[in-house]
Amino acid sequence: MADNADRHYQGGEAHDPLVDETEDAREERSAAARLFDIRRVIGGLFVVYGLIVGLMGLFDTSAEIDKAQGVRINLWAGAAMLVFGLLMLLWQRLRPTEAPEPQRDES
Amino acid sequence: MGGGGLRLDMNALDYLILALYFVTVLGVGFAARRAIRTSVDFFLSGRSLPAWVTGLAFVSANLGALEIIGMAANGAQYGIMTVHYYWIGAVPAMVFLGIVMMPFYYGSKVRSVPEYLRLRFNRPTHLLNAISFAVAQVLIAGVNLYALALIMQALLGWPLWFAIIVGAVIVLAYITIGGLSGAIYNEVLQFFVIIAGLVPITVIGLVKVGGVSGLMDAVRDSKLGEAGLHAWEGTGSTDNPLGAHWLGIVFGLGFVLSFGYWTTNFAEVQRALSARNMSAARRTPIIAAYPKLLIPAVTVIPGLIALVTVKGLGADEGDLVYNNAIPLLMRDLLPNGVLGIAVTGLVASFMAGMAANVSGFNTVFTYDIWQAYFRRDKPDEHYVKVGRIATVVAVVIGIGTAFIAAGFSNIMNYIQALFSVFNAPLFGTFIIGMFWRRMTPLAGFWSLLSGTVVATATYLLYKGGVISFNSDLEESFWGAGLAFATVAVVAAIVTPLTRPKTDRELTGLVYGLSDTTLADDSLAGDTAWYRSPVLLGVVAVILAALFYIPVF
Repeated sequence: MADNADRHYQGGEAHDPLVDETEDAREERSAAARLFDIRRVIGGLFVVYGLIVGLMGLFDTSAEIDKAQGVRINLWAGAAMLVFGLLMLLWQRLRPTEAPEPQRDES
Repeated sequence: MGGGGLRLDMNALDYLILALYFVTVLGVGFAARRAIRTSVDFFLSGRSLPAWVTGLAFVSANLGALEIIGMAANGAQYGIMTVHYYWIGAVPAMVFLGIVMMPFYYGSKVRSVPEYLRLRFNRPTHLLNAISFAVAQVLIAGVNLYALALIMQALLGWPLWFAIIVGAVIVLAYITIGGLSGAIYNEVLQFFVIIAGLVPITVIGLVKVGGVSGLMDAVRDSKLGEAGLHAWEGTGSTDNPLGAHWLGIVFGLGFVLSFGYWTTNFAEVQRALSARNMSAARRTPIIAAYPKLLIPAVTVIPGLIALVTVKGLGADEGDLVYNNAIPLLMRDLLPNGVLGIAVTGLVASFMAGMAANVSGFNTVFTYDIWQAYFRRDKPDEHYVKVGRIATVVAVVIGIGTAFIAAGFSNIMNYIQALFSVFNAPLFGTFIIGMFWRRMTPLAGFWSLLSGTVVATATYLLYKGGVISFNSDLEESFWGAGLAFATVAVVAAIVTPLTRPKTDRELTGLVYGLSDTTLADDSLAGDTAWYRSPVLLGVVAVILAALFYIPVF
């Protein structure tokens, strides 16, 4: 089969032509490093959700509290989401994306 | 609103929460566009993501609407035994993928699971797997789409066609534009939104039934009885809610079915291949195992709560079918506000599931079908374009399948069950091929083909009433087990009769022939003890075993 010729050895490394083609393009021109940090988006959305739901919780009617078995669930859920969102943002500030360079020394 | 229908009382703020989610998801897709210049950027996020991102995407890709709705339904129908789908039916396989198999996948630089088969065996094996995977993914995407549209119709009163189109268009937009990065970033976001939606249901539900002990007492008085509270007790025979013997649970579910799904399903493995280095790739499924351990708390427990609080749950049709366990609890327990979050969580779960199918499909179609068999030597940009077109085509076919599913929902269930059976022979071929270096390319092809035929035949004979099992579940255990055995036997017979590949051709693909030239790609901090894949994996498996103790 042609496969046996497909995958060949060069400089002690296994090569497959199809894989090489796209991997070479990646190594030369990849823009993946420009990807933004998702922690900011998660943090932002949860802060907004926390505020909306938490504020609704402040104004919950007794009918709504009764429906939730007497738990002020909007208040609690809002607070939890707000804190979670802020923690995500804090994490992103304290530890920004690590540099993608491989470590050279063998420690 | 009368007590009967499922219709929820969403107010403007609930809709605002849902709308904000849609806007964010699309925004992530557009923002991810900047990071795409090559085809590997589009299909594998340029192999650049950190492990926590790929890990959460890995678990999210599995948290489709069918999974959440289905596992809560199983919780209500079978009780605590449903945890087997998580603790023995997922965690060990995820850990195995990370520790044992990922070095072969990531180390050989393959861009998809079928591509591994091309390098390890031959093109026929590759084409067989690439086509069956591609077909399965678009069909399952359609089933996911239909399942969610049904829920949206019931909960929000949206017409079925409208719900199908809205969901499909949003997924289409963020994957076509943002590629796998768009899908993965949204999956991470979706993971948190799904959890934020499910936790309030569980908390209020538990308050209602009087906490965990109140729930246990109520389950004892329910139609499940004491058996509903035990995972292993009563598995000495098939006289238990699941109708499964412990041998079936351990070998059928815990070994063949779960290893087949988690280790060879490209919609999952793709998340790990997009990790930025070997260490992150190996940690991906293992990091995912930790949330997986805890997810039953927000699916199985609400199922049990629904069983004891919703009168008449378990009807054969209408609003009180088991599948409505979570929607019914949302209707009964959640006030506006958390209700909006919960609806958003369900929508998110559907999108995560469908996005995983679609992004798996476009990669396999482009690299494994288009590049391998139609247009080999095109510039890299060509494949990005093909990937975008393939995404559109997949979603359009998905919409079509969703409408077909609307007419034949039972048939679609069968198709999905059938494809899940396909994973068992695939896993058999992989695992034997990885650890038995002499297994020949032709043996690979015939093993995979005959295993698939046996699995399909068992299923069809069971459905046709020719052979009988205690339950669908037992059939899938046996079907998977027989398929696995067939693969092994055929491999043992065909291998001695045909010519094996040379060691040079197999370097980096099989156990015992590692690629010593592989560059060390580890990052600063990867050597920290708490980032060791083996340690993290072993702890996850131990936790899974410990979790069983209170519900033995």
